[in-house]
Amino acid sequence: MAQATAHHGEHEPTTTGLNHRKMLMWAFLGSDCMFFGTLIATYLVYKNRSITGPLPEDVFSIPVTTVSTFVLLMSSMSMVLAYAALTRNSMKTFRIWLASTCILGATFVGFQVYEFTTFANYEHKVYCADVGVKELTPLKQQLAEKCGTEDEHNGVVEEVVGLTPRTNLFGSTFYTLTGFHGAHVTLGIVWLLSLFFLSFKKGMVTPEKNLDLDLAPLYWHFVDIVWIVIFTVVYLFGVFPGF
Amino acid sequence: MTTMAFPIPRPTHPTGIWNWITTIDHKKIGVLYGVTAFILFLTGGIEALLMRIQLAGPNQDIVSAEIFNQLFTMHGTTMIFLAIMPLSAAFFNFVIPLQIGARDVAFPRLNAFSYWTFLAGAIILKISWFTGGATNAGWFGYAPLTSVQQNPGTGIDYWIVSLQVLGIASLAASFNFLVTIINMRAPGMSFMRLPLFTWMTFITNILIVLAFPVITVALIELYFDRSFGMNFFNVARGGDPVLWQHLFWVFGHPEVYILILPAMGIVSEILPTFSKKPLFGYPAIVLAGAIIAFMGWMVWSHHMFTVGLGPIPVTVFTITTMAIAVPTGIKVFNWMGTMWGGSMDFKTPMLYAIGFVAMFTIGGISGVMHSMASSDAQQQDTYFIVAHIHYVLFGGAIFAIFAGIYYWFPKITGRMYSETLGKINFWITMVGFNLAFFPQHFLGLDGMPRRIYTYDASMGWNLWNGVSTAGVIILAIGILIFMHNIVKSWRKGELAGGDPWDGRTLEWSIPSPPPEYNFAEIPTVYDRDDWWARKRREVRRGVPVAGGSGEDEHHDIHLPQPSYWPLVVAIGLFIGGIGLVYPVGMYAISMVGVFIGTVAVYAWSFEPVNDPEEGEQAAH
Repeated sequence: MAQATAHHGEHEPTTTGLNHRKMLMWAFLGSDCMFFGTLIATYLVYKNRSITGPLPEDVFSIPVTTVSTFVLLMSSMSMVLAYAALTRNSMKTFRIWLASTCILGATFVGFQVYEFTTFANYEHKVYCADVGVKELTPLKQQLAEKCGTEDEHNGVVEEVVGLTPRTNLFGSTFYTLTGFHGAHVTLGIVWLLSLFFLSFKKGMVTPEKNLDLDLAPLYWHFVDIVWIVIFTVVYLFGVFPGF
Repeated sequence: MTTMAFPIPRPTHPTGIWNWITTIDHKKIGVLYGVTAFILFLTGGIEALLMRIQLAGPNQDIVSAEIFNQLFTMHGTTMIFLAIMPLSAAFFNFVIPLQIGARDVAFPRLNAFSYWTFLAGAIILKISWFTGGATNAGWFGYAPLTSVQQNPGTGIDYWIVSLQVLGIASLAASFNFLVTIINMRAPGMSFMRLPLFTWMTFITNILIVLAFPVITVALIELYFDRSFGMNFFNVARGGDPVLWQHLFWVFGHPEVYILILPAMGIVSEILPTFSKKPLFGYPAIVLAGAIIAFMGWMVWSHHMFTVGLGPIPVTVFTITTMAIAVPTGIKVFNWMGTMWGGSMDFKTPMLYAIGFVAMFTIGGISGVMHSMASSDAQQQDTYFIVAHIHYVLFGGAIFAIFAGIYYWFPKITGRMYSETLGKINFWITMVGFNLAFFPQHFLGLDGMPRRIYTYDASMGWNLWNGVSTAGVIILAIGILIFMHNIVKSWRKGELAGGDPWDGRTLEWSIPSPPPEYNFAEIPTVYDRDDWWARKRREVRRGVPVAGGSGEDEHHDIHLPQPSYWPLVVAIGLFIGGIGLVYPVGMYAISMVGVFIGTVAVYAWSFEPVNDPEEGEQAAH
């Protein structure tokens, strides 16, 4: 019996009783914490130190990112359901939830692509009627100075100031941090898709051999948690004053 | 998984070069690491020798200032990342599974991958000599010296990519060894019975796992600045070069302990063996190692005292730096306590281990001198710092590594080195080392800056520079004697037997060189220094003590089998890395590397660790 299962590396006796690969996964996640920690630290060190705009309060749309955050969190739920279905040995339900996880993850990445392109082509507008009435970001105040000149059309002044990684420190730190997070999600989707297709091959993904389905969710949930931190620190603290 | 069809048959070379290329045996990988790292150590030594020849007298023009910059940068990078770290890794590989009573590491193929990736990173760094100039911004690559405006060549890019590839290798190896040490200990081998070298390896690997991501991010940011015009370290756009220093040293200071803790582990094995006493204060040494690793995260800004951080950070980092000398001192006193009253046997490994304690203490004391910020302001960027780092890393780490090579040489090769040549090697190295580096203290206090390619005769630095160069030449002779000893003894040294030193730990309980499966029967551990205790128990019971173990019980051992894929993934990383050096137009090459790597990763995942039927044959 020991011989039959030895090559899966799952049932080998270990000192602690924990599986080797699972322990490696935890060590890797610890390392990845430092990776994202350093990226977030860089972002925070350079916060409010950009020489030119656009700044977070110019480009961020909290409603849009809230939706994409919700989508990513739901993907964690479907991941849990997929895992539960596998342990019950109901392969059909398992595949449905696994595919849902991939789709939700891909939707999140799609949101990110949308966000990046919007930011890169960011065009900001000032309604000249708002000047002195509403609170304007510094970039908008600058633009508002053109109100009343020939640049004003129909009570609006506008200007394209795309945010690219080269534009300012905010662009460099923001795209690097969220870009690496997006890359992590993409890698997770590739992993889950591989498992999805493997599950059609007999004996490759089974309740007894659910280890791969133990590691992939671990990674997936970790990437989600990192996003919660990014959403709070970068998006919410970036837009709402007082942070 | 055996139902999967493989496009390429599993490698089954029992001997020869393909056996070495496809091996996943931790002992062979250890030898590969050791030999490769030693060759790279020699290249770093040649770089140092060229610098010392240039500095032997005033106003010399043997190498140009430009080449000199490349020499000291490559020397530092080589010695730290391509020599000391992989030489330590060689010991991790060879010794750790033997010390904990395991047949291999937890992930044998990942282990092979670490080695090949390390080799890929080393080649990427070294070929930059021939592609238009190596990196020249110092081993810590301070911004803005590394900016594309200051440094338009590809040297810095090769350096970045090489360090990233080496980082992947180190991380993969660390995950592997952490899991191995936690999860593959023989029955009864509790943590407080672990041999000290295993303990220090464990702590070192925790440091690697946590420290390397920091430098990875810093290098990514630097790469983005250089290749995509981002602003991380671009002052004109508000970027802050001091951030690079912080990120570098947040990694860099734990890195110092990554270099020295394995050395401390090696010495803690050798001193008790040749003093015929148990290690004095085992729990204190373990705890001191853990405290050093923990506090290693709190002292990084002592590399930046002259940056102008303000009085509060400077005070805090002065205090933490002084405090970290305490656990280090605990270790030194425990090593002395181990030797005290012991029946000491001054074999070559012991000489090197004692040399380590003495030299490392000198380096440690000059380190405490730097911890005082006001004193450091005088010493910053002078030869005093060069002297300090060489006392801790050469007199410290390299002495311990030589001690380890001599100590485990009989176990690795099954043969004994020449003791006479070993002792000659030790004394010549010891004299050469002190002659080379002690005068640098005087030069530094006299104000000689480091990293200058020449100096004027009127500065008064002629004598000690000449002495230092003479010392390096003597040191080089010592290294040549070492190589002669090792090569000669490896081929025709006397047979050593399983336990030539009357050893204490489990690796001495098996034949030399160890069989492929290490332990015919996994031992059960009842004591710290179990093999020593077992020998004493059995002597009392009148049972003869043998260095070997039963030969006929290994028919059911299933060893992991060789594989091509770790090498192929490393080749993919190599090609991908080279592509990244030349952003314009070469990304196509990177994509080829990514493709090769991805295919190999999939092939690797579907390849069973062990085919039961073939495993049967491999064990016989």
